[in-house]
Formats: sequence, C-alpha cells, structure tokens
Amino acid sequence: MPAESVARPQLAYDELQAIQKELDKCMHCGGCMAVCPVYATNKTEADVARGKIAVAGAVLEGSLKLDDPEVVDMLFNCLVCKSCMQSCPTKVDFGRIMLALRAAIVREKGLPWLKKAIFSTLKHPELFDRGMKLGAALSGIAFRKVGENGIAPRSPFAFVGKAVDFDENRWLPALAPVPLRDRQPELVKIEKPVARAAFFTGCSMNYFYPETGEDLIQVLKENRVEVAIPKKQACCGIPVFVHGDLETIRELGRRNLDAMEATGAEYLITGCGSCGGAWQHEYKEIFATDPEYAKKAEYWAARTYDISAFLLDVIHYRKPTGKVEAVVTYHDSCHLKKTMKVSREPREILKDVPGVTYKEMANADACCGSGGSYVLTHFGTATDIAERKVNSVKDTGADTVATGCPACMMQIFDNLHRFGGEQKVRHYISILAESYRNEQSS
Amino acid sequence: MIDSALIQKLREIVGTGNVLTSKVNLVTYGYDATADVPQGRPDVIVMPTTAEQVQQVVNLARRNGVAIYSRGAGTNLSGGTIPVEKGIVLSLQKMNKIVEVDAENLTAVVQPGVIIQELNNAAAKHGLMYPPDPGTVTTATMGGSVAENSGGLRGLKYGVTKHYVMGMEVVLANGDRVRFGGKTVKNVTAYDFSNLFVGSEGTLGIIVEITCKLLPAPKYRRAMLATYKSVSDAGNTVSAIIKAQVIPATLEILDNMTIRTVEDFAHVGLPVEAEALLLIEVDGMAEEVVAREAEAVVRCVNENHGNLRVANSDAERDALWAARRAALPALASLNNTVVLEDATVPRSHITDMLLELRAIATKYKLTMGTFGHAGDGNLHPTILADKNNKDEMDRVHHAVDEIFAAALRFGGTLSGEHGIGIAKMKYLGNEIGETGLDLMRTLKNALDPAHMFNPGKLVPFPKKEEAEVSHAR
Ligand SMILES: Cc1cc2nc3c(=O)[nH]c(=O)nc-3n(C[C@H](O)[C@H](O)[C@H](O)COP(=O)(O)OP(=O)(O)OC[C@H]3O[C@@H](n4cnc5c(N)ncnc54)[C@H](O)[C@@H]3O)c2cc1C
Ligand code: SF4
Ligand code: SF4
Repeated sequence: MPAESVARPQLAYDELQAIQKELDKCMHCGGCMAVCPVYATNKTEADVARGKIAVAGAVLEGSLKLDDPEVVDMLFNCLVCKSCMQSCPTKVDFGRIMLALRAAIVREKGLPWLKKAIFSTLKHPELFDRGMKLGAALSGIAFRKVGENGIAPRSPFAFVGKAVDFDENRWLPALAPVPLRDRQPELVKIEKPVARAAFFTGCSMNYFYPETGEDLIQVLKENRVEVAIPKKQACCGIPVFVHGDLETIRELGRRNLDAMEATGAEYLITGCGSCGGAWQHEYKEIFATDPEYAKKAEYWAARTYDISAFLLDVIHYRKPTGKVEAVVTYHDSCHLKKTMKVSREPREILKDVPGVTYKEMANADACCGSGGSYVLTHFGTATDIAERKVNSVKDTGADTVATGCPACMMQIFDNLHRFGGEQKVRHYISILAESYRNEQSS
Repeated sequence: MIDSALIQKLREIVGTGNVLTSKVNLVTYGYDATADVPQGRPDVIVMPTTAEQVQQVVNLARRNGVAIYSRGAGTNLSGGTIPVEKGIVLSLQKMNKIVEVDAENLTAVVQPGVIIQELNNAAAKHGLMYPPDPGTVTTATMGGSVAENSGGLRGLKYGVTKHYVMGMEVVLANGDRVRFGGKTVKNVTAYDFSNLFVGSEGTLGIIVEITCKLLPAPKYRRAMLATYKSVSDAGNTVSAIIKAQVIPATLEILDNMTIRTVEDFAHVGLPVEAEALLLIEVDGMAEEVVAREAEAVVRCVNENHGNLRVANSDAERDALWAARRAALPALASLNNTVVLEDATVPRSHITDMLLELRAIATKYKLTMGTFGHAGDGNLHPTILADKNNKDEMDRVHHAVDEIFAAALRFGGTLSGEHGIGIAKMKYLGNEIGETGLDLMRTLKNALDPAHMFNPGKLVPFPKKEEAEVSHAR
C-alpha cells in the first residue's frame, strides 16, 4: 500500500459491499458441488457455495434480506471447510464471502440476536434452551468478553451430548483437570538450540488434549528447538469469527500477537489447522487496515508453521528410530490442508516412523463434519458427513487414524464409536513422539 | 396455478423434506451454469426419489396446468434448466442409485441423478469405463448429460453420450411410464426412442432410468504436447494425424490468446508466442500399438513444424494436461462474464474457423480465447466481458451472431455439445430451416401438447397464444 494513499481500503468484514467483486468471480459452473460435504448429504443448491453466492448476490441487490431467518439459516448451514475453494476454477474466496456475511449480520443485529437465530433451528423448545447455553459455550459465541484465558469452555464436554439430548451416544473427551499451559513452564530451555520457537497451543489442545501438546513439545525438544509457551496467549478467535464476531477475534488477535512478540521467538508453531490458519491468514486480513497490528500480523504470518512443515522443511528433523507397531491412516483436516496447505508433510512423518504401515484412505481430504456450532445446529448432516469419513477409515483396515487437528480428533473419535469403528484416534505428532520415546527402550 | 393446496399434495407425494419453497431455495434454482441469460424463480422445487413419484408429480402438474423443469446438476451451458415461466423445478438428484453394473454384457443401469464420475468409479472396479467425459464429470448427472447429449474430450475416438445409451425408462406428459431399448447390442424393435430422448433437453419427457454401454478401459496411453508458430501448421497436423489412420483419444487445441492467459495464470512453461498448441493423447489395449501410434503422431507434428514434448510418466502427463485443464479457469479469471460457445465445424475447416474467430474478436474489440476439441471440429470460443458494460455486452451479442453464421457457412453446426436451451433457440431455424422447425414442433406437440415440459427451450414457438391455439385443435 503506497504511503500517500489516503482512502482506507475497504475490508469485506467491515463493509459488505466489498464482497461484490468476489461474488462476480463465480461463474456458476457448479464445480463446488463435487466436494461440498453439506451438499453431498442434502443435495440442494442452497447447501453449496454456488447457491450461497447467488443468495449473497440477492442480498446485495436487495431482493433478499440479510436478517431473513431463511438467509441466516442458510449461512450457518456451512462448515466453512473451504473444500469448495480447492476445486473452484476461478478461485473464488468463498471463506471470505461467508465470514463477511456473518460479520455483517452481527454488525446489524448484534450477537445475541444471531445466537438466538442460529439455535432457533432447534425446534424442540427444551433443546433450544440447552442448545443456546451449551452450544454457545462449545463454539465460543457465548463469550463476549475476553477473560484471562479467552474463551474457555466451562462445562465438561462429556456432559454435553446427553444433556442436549441430541444423541445418547455422543462421545467427547473430558476436560483435562489441568490444562496444558498450566502444566508447562513458559520457556522450555535447550542448550545451543537450532531454533527458537513459540508454541501456540490453541484451546482444544490446552483443555482437551494436553498430552498431545506435551508430545509436540517433546518432539521439538528432541530436535533441539527451544520452545516458548507464553501463558498470556488466548483462543485464536476462529470459533467466534465463524460466528461473525469480528470484534472479539480482533481483541484476541491483538492479545496473541503481543504475547508472541514478547517471546522474541523466530518461529511460531501450531498443531491445529484452524489456529495456524488464523496466524497465517485471518489475522493479516482482519488487521489489514490497523496502523499498529497490520505489521505484526504480517510478521508472524510469514513465521507460522504447522509442526510437520516446520520439522520437514525448516529444521530437517531427526528421523525417529523407535518402533511403533501400527497400521495408520491419515485424515486431512480441512483447515490444515486447505488453509495452511499442509498435507504431504504429516504423511511423510508417519511413513518415517519405523513399524508404521501407512494406508491412504479414500477421500482423505473430505471434511469430517466438525465446525463451530455446526454439529449442534445441524446434527443430522454433520453425522452423515462423519459416517462417510468413518467408512473411509474402516475400509483401509488401519488400527489408528491420525490427523493434524484436535477438532477433527474429537469429531472422528465421537463418530467412530457411533458407527462401529474401533480405531485409535491420534494426532500424528503423538506417533512421532512415541517413536522417539521408544528409542530408549530398544 | 400453484397454491398451497397443490404444494400440500406435492408434499404428500414426495415427502415434506423433498419439497422446497423457501425464498432462499427459489433463488438457488433460478440459474444454471450459463452466463448472460435471464434468471427465473420457480414456484417450488420437488425432489422425487422414485419413478412412481415422478409420475404422480407429472399427473398433478398436468391437471393444474403447471410447467415442469427437469434438472440434474444444473451445469448446462445453454440455459436449459432455467424456470422461465414459473412452475415446478423437478430436481432428480436424489434418484441417484446405480442399479447394476453388468460386466458380462458391458452395460450399466442407472437412475438419472447418478453423477457421471460415480458410474465410472463403479465401472472401474470391473476394469470398465463409461467414456463420455464432459468437463463436468464430477458434478453432472447421467440424466442431464443424456438429455444434453453431452460430449467431452474423448469424442473423436469414443463418440458422445448418444453412442452409449442403449435404453431408457421415461415418464411422458400423460403420466405413462415407458421402457424401450435394453441390454442387447442389436435392437430394432419399434422406433429408436432412445435417440429421440437423447438430447431432448427435458422437453419431451422425464428420464427416470438409463441403460448404458460400458467399454473395457484402455491399459496404455501416451500424451504429447506440440506448439506451433502458425495456426495452419496446427490444423495441418490434425489432418495429417487422421490421414495416417491414427485416431487419438484426445486431440485438443488452444489458440494464442488462451496459451498466453494459461501461462499467466498457471505458469506451466508454455511458449507465449506460440500461435497454437495441440494436446494429443493416444491410448489402447496393446502397448505396442500405442507406441506405434505415438510414433506416427510425432512424425506428423515434426513434418508440420511443431515443437514437441512427450510425457514419459504419469507425472509428466499431468504436467502436459495442466495447460488444457487451466484453459477455461484461466480465461474465466479475466472478467466477470464468460460467454462460452461450442460452434462446431467439419474437422477440415478448423484452421478457417480459428482465423475467422480471431477476425470476429478484432472486429468487435472483444477479449476472446478459443480452445476445444480440434479432432472433432468442436471449438469453444470463449468471450470474456463485463456484464455491467452495456456497450461491450452488445458487441458480445453481435460477435456471437457472427460466430454462428461462420460455423454454418463452413458446413458446421450451432452446437456441438452444449445444447440449444434458451441461449441458441433464435438461431435454430438458420440451421434446420422452416421445415426442420415444423418437424420439431410436430414432435413436441405430439408428445407434450400442453407444453408442460421445460417450456421456452429448444423448440421455438412463434408466440405462446398461437401455440396454444394450434395444439388445442
Ligand atoms: C465448466 C464446464 C465444462 C463443461 N464441459 C462440457 C463438455 O466438455 N462437454 C459437454 O458436452 N458439456 C460440457 N458442459 C456442459 C454440462 O456440463 C453438460 O451439459 C452436463 O452433461 C449437464 O448435466 P447436468 O446434470 O448438469 O444437467 P442440467 O444442467 O441439470 O440439465 C441439462 C438439461 O437436461 C434436462 N434434464 C436433466 N435431467 C433430466 C432428466 N432426468 N430427464 C429429462 N431431462 C433432464 C434439463 O431440463 C436440461 O435441459 C460443461 C459445463 C461447464 C460448466
Ligand atoms: S465451505 Fe465447505 S460446507 Fe461451506 S460451501 Fe464450501 S465446501 Fe460447502
Ligand atoms: S466452483 Fe467456484 S466458480 Fe464454480 S460455482 Fe462454485 S464457487 Fe462458483
């Protein structure tokens, strides 16, 4: 941006008209139908990017209203998995369109209105009430203020399914008694480190899968990387952003950028596609016109790596020699593959582990059906999507399904049980960590 | 007229969840993949799951004088699914079962909503394939592609959809369900109804089941890419290859504008000064035959001053194909409106047509790239324009008129594979004449006297009132 330009660029998230150009890019070819998980289940045009873009067009031109319950319902019948962007010939940035529309609703009607609108799709009055409370807690939209830990789920997840009565069989990991960041020092020191990294844990790893986070730290240690884990870091903000809450993600983003800056690290490491995506893309976009934070966001975007890409491409990691006997298949988390463009690296790592037999599943990059409040508001569709994933997993004959995103771990874990899969669900980094650990014993 | 009582009856027929009436749904069934055509808004979308339901919907619509627009995936490029006169959009996507793949008879039986690629996946398990491959194989339905008689990249060697349809079950306007054709290679019983309904664009009846032919999938293939300093060298190569009695599975051409845009967009290493590019792929069951055919192609390319690249691995093949795959996306990225035509000429006039297209683009000061299936004379002149610029859109319309006139002058046709729909209806008489139009109307009036099926498409009627009078007789 040249210094003399006075007009602040319009941000699509702040001004809806700014998405018109993005809408115009869509040539209505329907290519997105081939990959959209929601469409695969329901088979209607309003499920898929092409239809949603047409509706957005109708909203901009005034023939439909943004706060029409039907429009709101359609907007939230989307996992923002970005699969459609992969197969789009004209590279329509559908993620931006969707989030700009959601942000516009919040701007016009406010968050409480939106929350009510989303959960009013749960027709059962009792469900509505509980869905409002628990669903909102789950997806972060209940939290308007950023507390010490940003967005922290309060109720043990394991309780959610039954209480909300969606399904007797809902299996979720329990909330860890001590979260990851409280278990670890703020700096894991290494003598003569090869690199100095900051670890952005994300909420799911912090609260549900602290062991995975510890595995990640262990792997960095094994590779002589010094790790900072600042306690001041908060939720990445994606869970609120997908519900249109621009203000909160900006608050969270500032706080995170400051926390990471204070570490003085050279790299930022994530083990979750959504968090890493926020650092690589969303922060840059939401702060594009911010005089102070635009630079910081740019700076860290260029230094953010998923742990697998960091190991393979930046520090050329030490190949493990400890045996892990397992038949492993890998699920591409949407945001890891489609936002962070990481898909080759975790597979290479898995194949490097002695004892691992790797089996590729069909449609490994098809969404697992997790995504914000989606699983609560559109339980049937989400479960149908997950069933396809479970079937792909089962067809491989693997005993372990690895992935690179805690939210996918949760969703797959829950649905394996529902659809009779017996596989273990692990973050790929845990398999590598186990291999390193087994080196001593062999 | 559609009122709430009728909606209620529709719900009783197909189930509440399969009747869509919300404003959002009405907007999303008002378009297809065609640019620069008016959109419509249906009254209701109905998604039947059985042939019986289709019959009941047809009976109900007929009694109430309501139009029915059959719809597959809505990827056609001639406005064929747009609900121009209100009424029912009948989405067949939930009738998506592959009834059987019969490896012994080399046939498959499918419901209309099956995606072409899904049939291919099922056939591949038996080492078989369903050859018609429009650019939309992963989204388009069997019903839609049969109703459009779709072509694709392998047309030269393997033919188009009509060569693979052996039989059908169709729901007629009177509500009857008829079956014809079947699994036998030979069948001369009755009229050849399959060929009547192939390419009928939803105007004669609703296809509820298709029996189609499968082929053993070729085991070997060789891909090559040649670039040329002149269009006529490329055109001569095409003729030379055919004269050498080699029928490539793929023989695609890209013009200079397309080459430059693709290179800009995808950086695949094309020489931007090349006037034309050919992508050639030979395939077959015997390695030796394929190798011999590839050699013949190499000779033809060299003799005609082409600069050749040959793929020696799957990865290299992908790299060569990347240029062709990027053609439409790259062009489309240039502006907000993509007018994609498919005027087709006899193979021997490919060079003439390419030069004519360039002259038309220059005359109307338009951005136009041309690519397409050189082997079968089927070109895709693609105009990129700004829909908000009225002057430019007017020039687009004039240019399109001239493109069609040129195709007919060279002994070609208005549409090689995209169909007539609403987009090309006004030109139809130029090709088939008044007697041809009369025959179209006679057939339409005989099978669908109330013009219930896909009104306003394919068959031009002078005026609606007149048509009503003529079939009321
Ligand atoms: C990017 C792109 C590339 C393309 N490439 C090619 C190509 O290479 N070759 C080619 O030939 N086409 C191509 N097309 C055009 C299009 O994909 C094909 O025509 C496709 O076969 C249409 O299938 P559909 O399921 O989308 O049908 P729709 O668009 O839904 O319908 C097409 C027509 O069939 C009728 N119809 C649908 N189902 C039935 C039924 N069950 N019974 C009776 N009538 C029915 C509809 O009324 C309509 O008239 C391309 C389109 C795009 C956008
Ligand atoms: S983001 Fe995912 S769910 Fe939403 S339209 Fe695209 S593919 Fe479908
Ligand atoms: S694939 Fe892209 S251009 Fe095609 S309809 Fe979907 S969003 Fe539009």
